[in-house]
Amino acid sequence: MEKVLMKGNEAIAEAAVRGGCRFFAGYPITPQNEIPEYLSARLPEVGGTFIQSESEVSAINMIYGASAAGCRAMTSSSSPGISLKQEGISYIACGQLPCVIINMVRGGPGLGTIYPGQADYFQAVKGGGHGDYKLLVYTPATVQEAVDITYKAFDMADKYRIPVLILGDGTIGQMMEPVALPEMKDPSTFPKKDWALTGRKDRPKNIVNTLDMNPDKLEAITDRLFDVYEQIRQNDVEYEEYMCDDAETVIVAYGIVSRVAKSAVNEMRARGEKVGLFRPITVSPYPDKAIAALAEKPCVKRFFVSELSKGQMVEDVRLAVNGRKPVEFYGRTGGHVINTEELIEAIEGGKR
Amino acid sequence: MEEKVVFKRPALLENVPLHYCPGCTHGIVHRLIAETLEELGVTQENVIGVAPVGCAVFAYDYFTCDMAEAAHGRAPSVATGIKRVHPDKVVFSYQGDGDLASIGMAETVHAAARNENFTVIFINNSIYGMTGGQMAPTTLLGQYSTTSQHGRDPKLNGYPIHVSEMLSQLVGPQYIERVSTHDAAHVLQAKKAIKKAFQYQLEGKGFSMVEVLVACPTNWKMTPDKAVQYIKDEVMKFYPLGVYKDRG
Repeated sequence: MEKVLMKGNEAIAEAAVRGGCRFFAGYPITPQNEIPEYLSARLPEVGGTFIQSESEVSAINMIYGASAAGCRAMTSSSSPGISLKQEGISYIACGQLPCVIINMVRGGPGLGTIYPGQADYFQAVKGGGHGDYKLLVYTPATVQEAVDITYKAFDMADKYRIPVLILGDGTIGQMMEPVALPEMKDPSTFPKKDWALTGRKDRPKNIVNTLDMNPDKLEAITDRLFDVYEQIRQNDVEYEEYMCDDAETVIVAYGIVSRVAKSAVNEMRARGEKVGLFRPITVSPYPDKAIAALAEKPCVKRFFVSELSKGQMVEDVRLAVNGRKPVEFYGRTGGHVINTEELIEAIEGGKR
Repeated sequence: MEEKVVFKRPALLENVPLHYCPGCTHGIVHRLIAETLEELGVTQENVIGVAPVGCAVFAYDYFTCDMAEAAHGRAPSVATGIKRVHPDKVVFSYQGDGDLASIGMAETVHAAARNENFTVIFINNSIYGMTGGQMAPTTLLGQYSTTSQHGRDPKLNGYPIHVSEMLSQLVGPQYIERVSTHDAAHVLQAKKAIKKAFQYQLEGKGFSMVEVLVACPTNWKMTPDKAVQYIKDEVMKFYPLGVYKDRG
């Protein structure tokens, strides 16, 4: 397939259009601006709608409306903006509305920086907004993977009626890489959404709602959300294992750090050190069974987690390892991206 | 003998009891929406409504058409999403003063400025009804509420917001009128305004809003007839009725 050189954000935007997205609303924030910019020109070409909203709060509620109306809808933002969307994400999750949300994570907290970060992990996988709900969360490590995940995310969202969050970072959004773009899907071929607000004709009234004052009914809704999440856990957890077969040290990293970690594995392997990489692709649901299986292997002596945070995903690794092997951590914040030498030094004990 | 039906429930209203308090006219406004759409030939397959957070939060149970329930203040954004996906449907949001003029003010102003082609029915009862009578952005100076117990004091609480006047300053909106529902004559005027708003939407003109003054005897702590008198004596003086914008 022919490859084109594209910036991550623009490649994601094009993949969304090809995956059937016909509605986008968003608010400017660096480092994700190329997504709304690209879609402002691209969506009208395919009969879709682009709206630059007055706030992230409004954007996510436009997504609520567009998705309720049956349209494949997406919003994108970066950390402080994603915080503002959390109210809407909770409503979208409770309303069982499919949509895709892109977070090109920047360093935080507060206004933070425009440089990359991974400190929105807890927000992405542990809830973020109020109440009991879970998102399906993907963490692309390359522009190609970001394209493939975005394209697939709309199908997953529709299949399970769940919001899908793509947890990128400033690097994935800003870097240019060669990508093969998938073929354009025809939205008229998508499965009918019998629950959507399309105008009541020859069917009962459809209501998109997140309120129920009957405790039994609200509990049943909450149970249904978690039944769906369990199906995803059974069928759709994704991860990559790289040179883990005989590894004594298993590095666990996602997104941009996993690419640094892969370089570290290659360099350390060249020196004869038995190091491997475990890269979660879905972080919600988390590939905890696969990590537990590694923890059971006698050759594995320890896990080494590295993130652009003070240590967030490391908690999920510890839960999965469950005390069977030591779990060590090295992280950077403030917009720093860890480099290979630094990571190797940390793994070898020079820097913890 | 032939029977002639002179009054019936509009097809857009469910045959269920409403939860609204005695003396409140939410029910009348629901009926006006249903009647005017019916008169304009809009059947349930061609209309989608958006309910607010507030006293009308259960409005989705009262209309027979497809309905969305929005987060507090976000109905204009939800309606924007729905209308842009289904430009051929009549879309309305139904919102109270706390929802529209406080937490959702940005959404309101920007939907109006974008001239989104849907209709907002804005219920102004100058108080937070559902949560038990707290001060609203529309609470009159001197008016009692559970969070302005000595009467709204401008030194402490600032001044009420005139939403229709404010929005009429924007270029975007096509039609904005303030009406009341405290007696039959005013209900008929309210009906005309709501019908005109929907007519504009059907003609593709853009954003329309009808602000409806409604009594809240429960939280005003008045009998329904005293509440009607309060609308005449106080509320209508502060919030004059009339057409604030009509781009024709």
